[in-house]
Amino acid sequence: MAIFSVYVVNKAGGLIYQLDHYAPRSDTEKTFSFPLDLVLRPHDERVVVAFGQRDGIRVGHAVLAINGAEVNGRFTADGKDILEFLGNPANYPVSIRFGRHRLSSNEKLMLASMFHSLFAIGSQLSPEVGSSGIEMLETDTFKLHCFQTLTGIKFMVLADPRQTGIDALLRKIYEIYSDYALKNPFYSLEMPIRCELFDQNLKLALEVAEKAGPFGPGS
Amino acid sequence: MSHSPGRKQENHKISRELFVLTYGALVAQLCKDYEKDEDVNTCLDRMGYSIGIRLIDDFLAHSAVKKCRSYSETADMIAQIAFKMYLGVTPSVSCRSAAGNEFSLILDKNPLVEFVEELPAERASLCYCNLLCGVIRGALEMVHLAAEVTFLQDRLKGDAVTEIGITFLRKPEDRKHKRN
Repeated sequence: MAIFSVYVVNKAGGLIYQLDHYAPRSDTEKTFSFPLDLVLRPHDERVVVAFGQRDGIRVGHAVLAINGAEVNGRFTADGKDILEFLGNPANYPVSIRFGRHRLSSNEKLMLASMFHSLFAIGSQLSPEVGSSGIEMLETDTFKLHCFQTLTGIKFMVLADPRQTGIDALLRKIYEIYSDYALKNPFYSLEMPIRCELFDQNLKLALEVAEKAGPFGPGS
Repeated sequence: MSHSPGRKQENHKISRELFVLTYGALVAQLCKDYEKDEDVNTCLDRMGYSIGIRLIDDFLAHSAVKKCRSYSETADMIAQIAFKMYLGVTPSVSCRSAAGNEFSLILDKNPLVEFVEELPAERASLCYCNLLCGVIRGALEMVHLAAEVTFLQDRLKGDAVTEIGITFLRKPEDRKHKRN
């Protein structure tokens, strides 16, 4: 059972806190000889697999590391262009690690703002007045739970679909926020949260919630 | 002062005297810093405001109250739950206007002024507990309720009771269109 991440969004829709607690890594590292049987192409700032899915390497996976050294966008650690490097038979055999790329902090900011807008639309669409807004977004691989306080702060938790007790966890995160972020006199409201105590207590709360297992606390 | 994960009220008592003394020292220092009573009152109100904007989330997180549907529910909540939680007293609430947006909280016991009998002659218009007005104003603003909060009567100034007046500034119908 896992809690994947926690997001805290302020009233204006800006992301003020983000924690990746557990990321199921599905990286695959393989050694290749020339010529490469996968088709790679550049996409945004990365090099992704376009064709030739096999052995755990799927279309859309990005090149994460070459010969053990993590890549830097479209360039290797030494600064060479990846596609050029892999086009040269002299560089083979080469060991490449593929996997789903992690979201950059800018991408997370954009996604948080988008969710904030969707949340607002959801509340407006409600046939009854006084809707709580989106409380849960369910997919086959995760559930996104959201709790908006009366003051407009949103707490979002992405967790395994079988994980229970997330409502209690959201309330607990609200308590931790009101204690360690708000009572810190050097923390300005609506700004990114950079409080050590908040981090520590949040991680503790996540561990307690995970240990409780799929049947709730006491299982 | 660290909190254990399962925070219970009884583990974290600070002495009430220390709190009252701290507040008294604060007001005394402000009186030394500012000559005019209005300045001291404004300063206390501003300080209270910055406390209120943070205290509201603590109140909501620990009391698990639901959204209030009317101004009178809000005033009741302030008096019966918030005052009880933070100061240990329960003022009585009365509605002051026919429109239903002006309320009074009548405090018969105010812990902040336990050791003060009356204001000195040169500070006749000082609102000693103006911090409380700022706290209420700040807290209400964070839940999107603009309000004016002032002391209408003050035992320290010779009135019979201490009365805090809360005037909500926006019509209830406007709230429906606000983002939930």
